[in-house]
Amino acid sequence: MAAVDIMIDQIYKVLDTVKDPEIDTVSVLDLGMVEHVDIDGQQVVIKMLPTFSGCPALNIIKGNIERAIKTVENVDSVEVQFIFNPPWTSDRITEKGKAGLKLFGIAPPPKYLEEDGSWHVECAYCGSDYVTMDNIFGPTACRSILYCKSCKNPFEAMKPISTIM
Amino acid sequence: MTGNIENPVVELLFQLADDDYLFSYRGSEWLGLAPHIEEDVAFSSITQDTMGHATMFYRLLEGLGVGVADSLAHIRPASERKNSILVERPNGEGYYMDNPQYDWAYAVARNYIYTTAKKIKIDSLKSSSDETLRDAAVKVSMEIYYHLLHWKTWFVQLFNATEDARKRMTTALEKVLADCGDLFSYGEAATAITNAGLIESEEVLVNRWIEYVKPVFETIKVEVPTFGKPQQNGRNQEHTKELQQAIDTMSEVYATDLAASW
Ligand SMILES: [Zn+2]
Repeated sequence: MAAVDIMIDQIYKVLDTVKDPEIDTVSVLDLGMVEHVDIDGQQVVIKMLPTFSGCPALNIIKGNIERAIKTVENVDSVEVQFIFNPPWTSDRITEKGKAGLKLFGIAPPPKYLEEDGSWHVECAYCGSDYVTMDNIFGPTACRSILYCKSCKNPFEAMKPISTIM
Repeated sequence: MTGNIENPVVELLFQLADDDYLFSYRGSEWLGLAPHIEEDVAFSSITQDTMGHATMFYRLLEGLGVGVADSLAHIRPASERKNSILVERPNGEGYYMDNPQYDWAYAVARNYIYTTAKKIKIDSLKSSSDETLRDAAVKVSMEIYYHLLHWKTWFVQLFNATEDARKRMTTALEKVLADCGDLFSYGEAATAITNAGLIESEEVLVNRWIEYVKPVFETIKVEVPTFGKPQQNGRNQEHTKELQQAIDTMSEVYATDLAASW
């Protein structure tokens, strides 16, 4: 393995330890926020995709990544840039990410939207699809509030975000 | 700055940024006052998204060397603003900290009209000649999808509810429409903006907007409105006195320490 490849490998390992500040069971990698890692000598530039443009966690994530990556061997400087192309979409969340969301009590976003724009979510706790949408808008920009009529629990779900919208 | 159209991208970005900045400021004044708690959550989430869009546009301006994004957002006086008149209008009598007499019908009407107009603009920006505008448009488009659903629901339901609700919505809509003359206008920068292929012309977008809202207006049995010539044109920095008050309130904290990192 070339030195650069080893470095990139290590950087990705560390990125997987940088969690969403509000959902500590998923990392920025799980969420599909990392688009590219550039290495020039000892300088690292990480290109990230913001989930929601008004998400107040973005600055915290930026700081956490910069702090974490600085600990990687041979890294002298780290810069995190948010870019908009490609746009972040909810289908970038990995299988590991979906499992992490469920663990936190958040249903992962549905894989696809119906033709009329509606979608189906399964309860984050019992997996039932006998659920109702309580509020498309939830406690954070990326989440909705639902209610499960099977296990009678309110739960949250990640909003589907797609370029067909 | 007036009449000096050196860079049409800058002109258009200021219009987009100032629109969303003021729109989310007026939205934020509703925090804690919405008709019920679910609405409070939804409205503030929409407001947060919209401030995110404003931030994105101000950062693009920063990238073009126009100034620091935060200062462009908070410090510029009313005389330099390019937002439409519609977004600067107060929510109603009173002050959000002191006996606010805000009108929910007006909020719903304004938010629905503004958001549908924004959608039409954003869709046009997706095929802009400018790459950064195209990318920003794709991002905004995915988020306002939910805003549109939300305001459309309120708009239709209140119009089709009780007689009283319909009366209030009718009054509110009239008030909103009276301020829409500059909503699709690019002011003095129009020729420069459209010649550069940044976005389609005001005329094209207004007609597209009419087609877009037609089914909704049919549902509420109201004739689709047409926009008249603006009495004042916000795009040319012509504003009401309420705009400076809004900017002063919004920048109060920022102005206390210009060097701080917020
Ligand atoms: Zn359940």
